[in-house]
Formats: sequence, structure tokens, C-alpha cells
Amino acid sequence: MTLPPLADRAIVLRARAADWREALRIAGDALVDSGCTTHDYTEAMIRMVDDHGPYIVIAPGLALAHARPGADVRADGLSVVTLAAPVEFGHAHNDPVRVVIGLAGVAPDAHLASVAALANAFNDSAAISAVADAPTRDAVRAILEGSGRA
Amino acid sequence: MKIVAICGAGIGSSGILKVNAERVLQRLGLSATVVAADIASVARVAADAQVILTSAEFVEAIGETRADVVVIENYFDTDELSRKLEAAIG
Repeated sequence: MTLPPLADRAIVLRARAADWREALRIAGDALVDSGCTTHDYTEAMIRMVDDHGPYIVIAPGLALAHARPGADVRADGLSVVTLAAPVEFGHAHNDPVRVVIGLAGVAPDAHLASVAALANAFNDSAAISAVADAPTRDAVRAILEGSGRA
Repeated sequence: MKIVAICGAGIGSSGILKVNAERVLQRLGLSATVVAADIASVARVAADAQVILTSAEFVEAIGETRADVVVIENYFDTDELSRKLEAAIG
């Protein structure tokens, strides 16, 4: 299980975000720019946190931003955003966030393979900080594709 | 045995929990069905579940249930998942 190669537009390095909303917007914009979603999906990702809290911060330093499959999703896809300065999401254990992954799926089960590949990459406890510190897009791809720390 | 992973959308974070729970169960030599679902469908999907895996944010919304509600802090830490699943099932 490996991830499809991430387009350049799906990876944003050392982004500046004043707060968690802006961080999610950058991840959402990267999904829009890579042709996966519309801006409505970005707003839906933000609404998930407004409605349910910062549960998307699923590990120390990492937020997995996502919303429901639906009309705002044109294609399955991922985006990866690293933050120039860590951002507080209000999570009890896993703040502050340094890496935001945007995830979009056309159908509920369609991207379970992507999710499994993400688990493969990030079950290595060093992977989040390696992505956060990645100097290039290729370095991010190498970590997510499990081919080393690069 | 049935285990339900709950998040806001039923994809994404609950998908990570599902994938990692299946890995941990295999490692522990336990057999169970693991389903990912959204919080809106928890009452229906988890009606016959023994364990619900989720984040602290959803415990209140899950409400009354016969299942063991297990809160996971680091979804990528299979040791945490293993320890908590074993305690809930064993």
C-alpha cells in the first residue's frame, strides 16, 4: 500500500498560519489547487472542528483535516502542509500542530487505501517531525511513500 | 466481536483507527470486525459492538451505550491502541 505521488500543488512547505482556521484553509486550498475539491469542502473541514472540537489532531503535532464525501469532492486526494510556526488547535494532548494533512474522498470507502498508506507512514513515530522539518517536496514524498527519511 | 471507530465524518481519522486496530488485533491474535462510522450513526452502527474507539471529543455525544468506550490520544501509536484494546477486551 503506497500513496499515489503527491502533486507539487498538493504540498505546501513552511506555510504561515495565524490560527487553526487559517491552517485548515491552506490545506483546503491545496486540495482545491490540485483539482480534488471545491472551496465548499474547505469550509466543511473547518465546520467539522467547529461542530466537534479539535479531534482531527490525531497525533502529537499532526492534524488530519477532512469532511464528508459529497458534491464538493471531485477526486480522491491528499494535501500536506507544514507550518513555519506551530499552531494551537486546542487539543488536550497533541498540540501544537506542525503538519496538516488534508484528505478528500469521493466515496466513504474509496480512499481507505490512502488512509492505510498514511497509517503506514506515520506509525513510525519519527515521521511527523520528519515531515514538519522536510526541506523539499521530494523529502515529504519520500517520507509518505515510506522510502526513508530523505 | 465488533469494534466501531467513530469520528465526525466516518472517514479519515476513524479510518486510521480502523486500519491500526486491525493491525493490533492481528498482532494480539484476536479476531474482530472493525467498522469506521460517523458520530451521527453511532447508535445504529454500535448497537451490537463491544468496543467503541474514539477521541475524547466524542465521548459525550456517544452517550449511553453497552460498549466499552475507549479514548485514543495518539492514533498512530499502536502500542497505546494495543494496551487499551487488550484492557477492554481481556
